[in-house]
Amino acid sequence: MRVALFVTCLADTLFPDVGKATVRLLERLGHQVEFPQAQTCCGQMHTNSGYLRDALPLVRHFTEVFAGCAAIVVPSGSCTGSVRHQHAMVARRFGDEALARRAGQLAARTWELSEFLTDVLGLDDVGAYYPHRVTYHPTCHSLRLLRVADRPLRLLRNVAGLDLVELPDAEVCCGFGGTFAVKNADVSTAMLADKMRSVLATGAEVCTAGDSSCLMHIGGGLSRLRAGTRTVHLAEILASTRD
Amino acid sequence: MASPIPTAPRGVGHLRGEEPFPVAARRALADPQLRRNLARATSTIRGKRAAVVAELPDWEQLRTAGQAIKAHTLRHLDGYLTELERQVTARGGTVHWAADASAANQIVTGLVTATGAGEVVKVKSIVTDEIGLNEALAQAGVHAIETDLAELIVQLGRDRPSHILVPAIHRNRAEIRDIFLREMPGVDPGLTDSPAALAEAARRYLRRAFLSAQVGISGANFAIAETGTLCVVESEGNGRMCLTLPETLITVMGIEKLIPCWRDLEVFLQLLPRSSTGERMNPYTSMWTGVTPGDGPQAFHLVLLDNGRTATLADPAGRQALHCIRCSACLNVCPVYERTGGHAYGSVYPGPIGAVLSPQLTGVSDNASLPFASSLCGACYDACPVKIDIPSVLVHLRAREVAAAGHAHPEAITMAAASWVMASPARWAAAQHASRLGRVLGRAGRIRRLPPPLSGWTAARDAPAPPAQTFRQWWQAERGGAAGGRRAGRTRRQWWRAERRGRQ
Repeated sequence: MRVALFVTCLADTLFPDVGKATVRLLERLGHQVEFPQAQTCCGQMHTNSGYLRDALPLVRHFTEVFAGCAAIVVPSGSCTGSVRHQHAMVARRFGDEALARRAGQLAARTWELSEFLTDVLGLDDVGAYYPHRVTYHPTCHSLRLLRVADRPLRLLRNVAGLDLVELPDAEVCCGFGGTFAVKNADVSTAMLADKMRSVLATGAEVCTAGDSSCLMHIGGGLSRLRAGTRTVHLAEILASTRD
Repeated sequence: MASPIPTAPRGVGHLRGEEPFPVAARRALADPQLRRNLARATSTIRGKRAAVVAELPDWEQLRTAGQAIKAHTLRHLDGYLTELERQVTARGGTVHWAADASAANQIVTGLVTATGAGEVVKVKSIVTDEIGLNEALAQAGVHAIETDLAELIVQLGRDRPSHILVPAIHRNRAEIRDIFLREMPGVDPGLTDSPAALAEAARRYLRRAFLSAQVGISGANFAIAETGTLCVVESEGNGRMCLTLPETLITVMGIEKLIPCWRDLEVFLQLLPRSSTGERMNPYTSMWTGVTPGDGPQAFHLVLLDNGRTATLADPAGRQALHCIRCSACLNVCPVYERTGGHAYGSVYPGPIGAVLSPQLTGVSDNASLPFASSLCGACYDACPVKIDIPSVLVHLRAREVAAAGHAHPEAITMAAASWVMASPARWAAAQHASRLGRVLGRAGRIRRLPPPLSGWTAARDAPAPPAQTFRQWWQAERGGAAGGRRAGRTRRQWWRAERRGRQ
């Protein structure tokens, strides 16, 4: 099927490998990936920071860019959550009922990567190979906004060579929270310290998740400590093969 | 235009902190004893709550029912409040209306001094703490004795409550023993820190107060409009003493605490104990209706408090904060609260519910940092027994604060600029290109120090250096977009073509 990739502004700019891996994975599974090049950002940072008026043009832009797409795949639980749970709200707040309706229709065709693989494609095994000890952090928005539940874990359990270790207190926030990490940097750091303690306790080489933002946070902390554990996006693991 | 609905006044009560949340939080985070006490206590309550909630197959339906009853009550609040007044009055009680904290303090102080009592016993009540009633009574020469064990610890320690349900959650046993030894009249100097010994010391101290008190003061968990019945749930029995022994009982209650009828109580008496203490049912549920001759208090006064609640009710997106039944489940699951404790919030309502309630009661500008004291992780919404969508209200209040702050400060300018850039693909691509200048800051793909405001990030975390090529540039190069990466793209395209052939 034809799949439109919304790569997210963060992966586009700072983590292009996540986008490349998503393309590689979906094409390996036999699908045609398109990248609407006019795409920019879903506006989540503006919305969650209270700048709803500044989010509105981004919601409108997103809705126009992806209007003709039958299926939109996003390698981020957080940005999918923004499209699904915030776009119509932002439009409605400024009285644009037509935009809210279009945003609502688009939200129904937008999937986070693990949702798309398991629910739309019906796959738990994507034929990946990744010979590493890995622990999985369920990001807050994929867990509590999207309710992805065990979908990413089902996918990871079927990756050949992968040694999956359970993360203690997995469902506790890593402390990222967008501008929270800057505005409340001390609290955010305290939350990060506990998350890193849990990650390191697993003895994993790799901590994975479905959001580049949370991985940037956890990975930034681990890197500062020279902890020897790195962060890798779920898409990159699922895209890996033996060759 | 009508004048704005008044919010809780300044200078009275405890709804505002002296410092913004991040500043107060920094101090709390540096206290290892506090961190340890909070982590232990919240994880214990979390575990108990999860176990008893899992027992009920209809928990989600109960939550939905609780939400629906509260929404219905607030929609018809005017009618139910006057019904409550009629019923309480018909059964021998007296109803007083207090527009704000000062009015409520004046009413209660007047009622107490009229009895000639120099001492009152108090049931644990957050609303009386909200209005600063103990201070107001003290100014009138009346000593208020907190009879809930944790409230007593806080009072003797000249401290502030830090949790809705467990006000002394920030104290451990050893600290409590020290407070008792220092402050409790007549305490056994050999007191140990065993829970039984501490409880026995409090029991002896309080018994005298219960038996001599002429006036009891309480809050209310619920008021039932159809009969004028008040309800207090508690664990220690001190509440039952205060509600039955004194001749005069004064109850202070926020106007949002009432429910239409007895049947509704069935829902909340299941939701509240399981969510708050993690018990199937709390040990003491006291209910009283007006005055019963010869049994219990012979004078009953009900003070109905607004103090910013009508202003909260006027905001369609924010009013659900008034659904709160003060169970504190959201505090116990909040990763921010667990690390900072309640004092950092500066209000008697801490944690996630406090971050949405306090700014609405006071007006957002008086608690401007609280809506931002959350990572929006959503754990509070999942735990809330009446389904208050706290993350959405937080975002809504952030928007109110941003709108009030205007367009001229640096963050607003940055946000507007980012929106302008991101609304256009050409401007966005140009900005991405410019951001690659950041590569000079990086070493081995990592940036160790950034200027303010991003210095908060790099104080404890590395930041990724921008890569040599954005995804968009890669796509253009690989998939025949614009010129620039063509030469490199050809070989990649060949690779893709080969891979596709290989699959067929």
